[in-house]
Amino acid sequence: MPSRLHNFLKRRKKTLAQTEAIDDGTMRTADGMPLKLALERALFRSRLRAVLLVLPLFAFLVITFVLPIFDMLFRSVEDQVIAEILPRTVVEIEAWDETSGVLPGEAVFEAIVKDMAEGKENKTLGKVARRLNYEISGMASLFRKSGRKAGKIEAPYKEQLLKIDKRWNNLELWKLIKREKGYFTASYFLAAADMEYKPDGGIGMRPENRQIYQHLFVRTLWLSGLITLLCLVLAYPVSYLLATLPLRSGNLLMILVLLPFWTSLLVRTTSWIALLQSQGVINSILVGIGIIDDDSRLQLIHNQFGTIVAMTHILLPFMILPLYSVMKTIPPSYMRAARSLGATPFTAFVRIYMPNTVAGAGAGGILVFILAIGYYITPALVGGRTGTLISNFIASFISGSTQNWGLAAALGMMLLAIVLVFYFLYDKIVGIDNMKLG
Amino acid sequence: MAELLADSADVDHYVRFVEVQKSYDGEILVVKNLNLDIERGEFLTMLGPSGSGKTTCLMMLAGFEPATHGEIYLDGNPINNVAPHKRDIGMVFQNYALFPHMTVAENLRFPLEVRRMDKSEQESRVKRALDMVELGAFGNRRPGQLSGGQAQRVAVARALVFDPKLVLMDEPLGALDKQLREQMQYEIKHIHEQLGVTVVYVTHDQSEALTMSNRIAVFNDGVIQQLAPPDALYEAPDNAFVAQFIGENNTLTGKVTAVNGTTCTVDLEGGSTTALAINIDGVGSATSMSLRPERVTVNPPEGQCPNLFDARVKELIYLGDHMRTRMSVCGNEDFIVKIPNAAGHVHLVPGAEVKVGWQPEDCRALDSPS
Repeated sequence: MPSRLHNFLKRRKKTLAQTEAIDDGTMRTADGMPLKLALERALFRSRLRAVLLVLPLFAFLVITFVLPIFDMLFRSVEDQVIAEILPRTVVEIEAWDETSGVLPGEAVFEAIVKDMAEGKENKTLGKVARRLNYEISGMASLFRKSGRKAGKIEAPYKEQLLKIDKRWNNLELWKLIKREKGYFTASYFLAAADMEYKPDGGIGMRPENRQIYQHLFVRTLWLSGLITLLCLVLAYPVSYLLATLPLRSGNLLMILVLLPFWTSLLVRTTSWIALLQSQGVINSILVGIGIIDDDSRLQLIHNQFGTIVAMTHILLPFMILPLYSVMKTIPPSYMRAARSLGATPFTAFVRIYMPNTVAGAGAGGILVFILAIGYYITPALVGGRTGTLISNFIASFISGSTQNWGLAAALGMMLLAIVLVFYFLYDKIVGIDNMKLG
Repeated sequence: MAELLADSADVDHYVRFVEVQKSYDGEILVVKNLNLDIERGEFLTMLGPSGSGKTTCLMMLAGFEPATHGEIYLDGNPINNVAPHKRDIGMVFQNYALFPHMTVAENLRFPLEVRRMDKSEQESRVKRALDMVELGAFGNRRPGQLSGGQAQRVAVARALVFDPKLVLMDEPLGALDKQLREQMQYEIKHIHEQLGVTVVYVTHDQSEALTMSNRIAVFNDGVIQQLAPPDALYEAPDNAFVAQFIGENNTLTGKVTAVNGTTCTVDLEGGSTTALAINIDGVGSATSMSLRPERVTVNPPEGQCPNLFDARVKELIYLGDHMRTRMSVCGNEDFIVKIPNAAGHVHLVPGAEVKVGWQPEDCRALDSPS
């Protein structure tokens, strides 16, 4: 009997251990595996499948989006050209005191002649010429001219080089080489902020007549803000109508709103040209009904006005859709409740309806503003001289005749920083969680 | 009710609907020639199935829908052309309609602010209203942080805080679960009794209507079928619709063979019965009789019931305090009898043949809906 009882107790103890929490406090499954581990194993397959499903997209984004952006942004501070192509010069110039007011010694001149000769041979001299030309104009031709003869120059190098071109006399050139011999540079950012190194080595603003980008940034921000505001003003009633109309007519209106989305951006922009140009539809009508004379046709395009009109039109759906989706969720009983509590229709609208659409207006606003700030095609086509934005300059520095990827990258970086600042401000004021895109 | 009527004798009929009609599309009348008088301090419920026109009536009273024809008076003044915000009518909505961007206190302050009330007066009123619904500590919460019952109480407080002439409630308890709904029914009833405010309440839930109201207007098909206090509505329905709609009801259809003062004799499939002649077209007309399940006696003692019929038990449902028994009586296969679970009650089994009987005054001969 005692042994049977003993066996029974043993068996019982074993079953208990299998089914319940044992002494160490962790929950276990029936066969004694820790519950957490079992859960993890059970979920592993579904997790793996989820990861595998998003992996292609993730890889695509990294390769085509994240890496190029970082590469481009890196170019705004990277500056290896001088150190790579003028290696002897950057070593020798270390000893020169740029504040002394005299040219560097013979050793530096010997180094640069040898570097130029080698650069000419390797066909890399053009790079450094272009790089230095960003800062001091005429440097490209100086290097090209001197580079051609560098192979034949003999000591004394200084005298010979100065004889070839007396621009080698320029102290600023030598200061520039000494300053930019490192691997990183701030000069692109300074240029993007309309700043420069002063002769005394300090940093200051460029002369008024050579400041471009600050005005451009201000114009870009101002136009984007104005376009955002216009979009909000135009979109609000439309969205309200969309949200309150009966389903059938609401859907029809919605198609009208979405129609531009299905039309090429280029087509929409060029149709604005057809409408607004001086021989265009609007001017012709105005002349036709006698409001303006034929010789005083209005300049409606290739200026700021054209940019504002075309961009407002193109970005309008981005404001309407988030506003609509938020307004759709506001029950009509809110307005009724406000009215029954004694508010006039206007008060009810301003104090009850509008605060509830802030999330949509904010989402639409930030969407339109960010899109507008980096808009390229439309201002390029209809902007003329006064209606172009910062993005048009960035584009011209990347593909235009004045190639300067470093400056383009610095401008792009600043644009990105501005967007992030606005995003941050929006988050502080409205809260990003409140944003509703649809 | 008698006191109320006596009190308000001088301002006869606080709210009046006079020949009000309403159509949305110009083809169908949703409200057909409505005449309704509501007394000051009354709790009147508009009860009816969906689409019966009760909510439309409420919306016309609140001013959100214009009456197509007729006039509505509030406190003696016609209000057809008065804008909703000038009507001074508090309203509680089905989804509460609390403003989500305002705190509870701000919600309550809103009607006072738009009335440009004194700041200190605002504060004391908001506090009083919150205390009344026992939410004194919730003033700084947002509506999203409240439970359904709390939100409901805030909505009631908000509709009352500006001392409106009238409070309208549009199915305010529809979104609450059963237990909470019953609790809120009592709370609203008590608030009404305390403040003496006139309430017009819309619901499709008859038990809600029976619990809370002084009078109930039963709507169907755009017409008030009966306007009566809850007990009268249940015990003395005027027509077949009301009998069917309020409470559980057995309908027996037959033909009137004789009318004898207040009673009549009706021929049924399995014999004839004596009933109260309430709403019949005279001898020879069809009638549907209403008989409440709890007024039917199974196997009554000899001579107790003049109306005695054969019945076959079809189904028994045990409900604790009573047995719900479905029987076949006089061709009605769904004849329900409630047998109280009292000491010594009859034990039935499905298929058993029994006798059922009732008193003539419990059986009401009504119109025949056909």
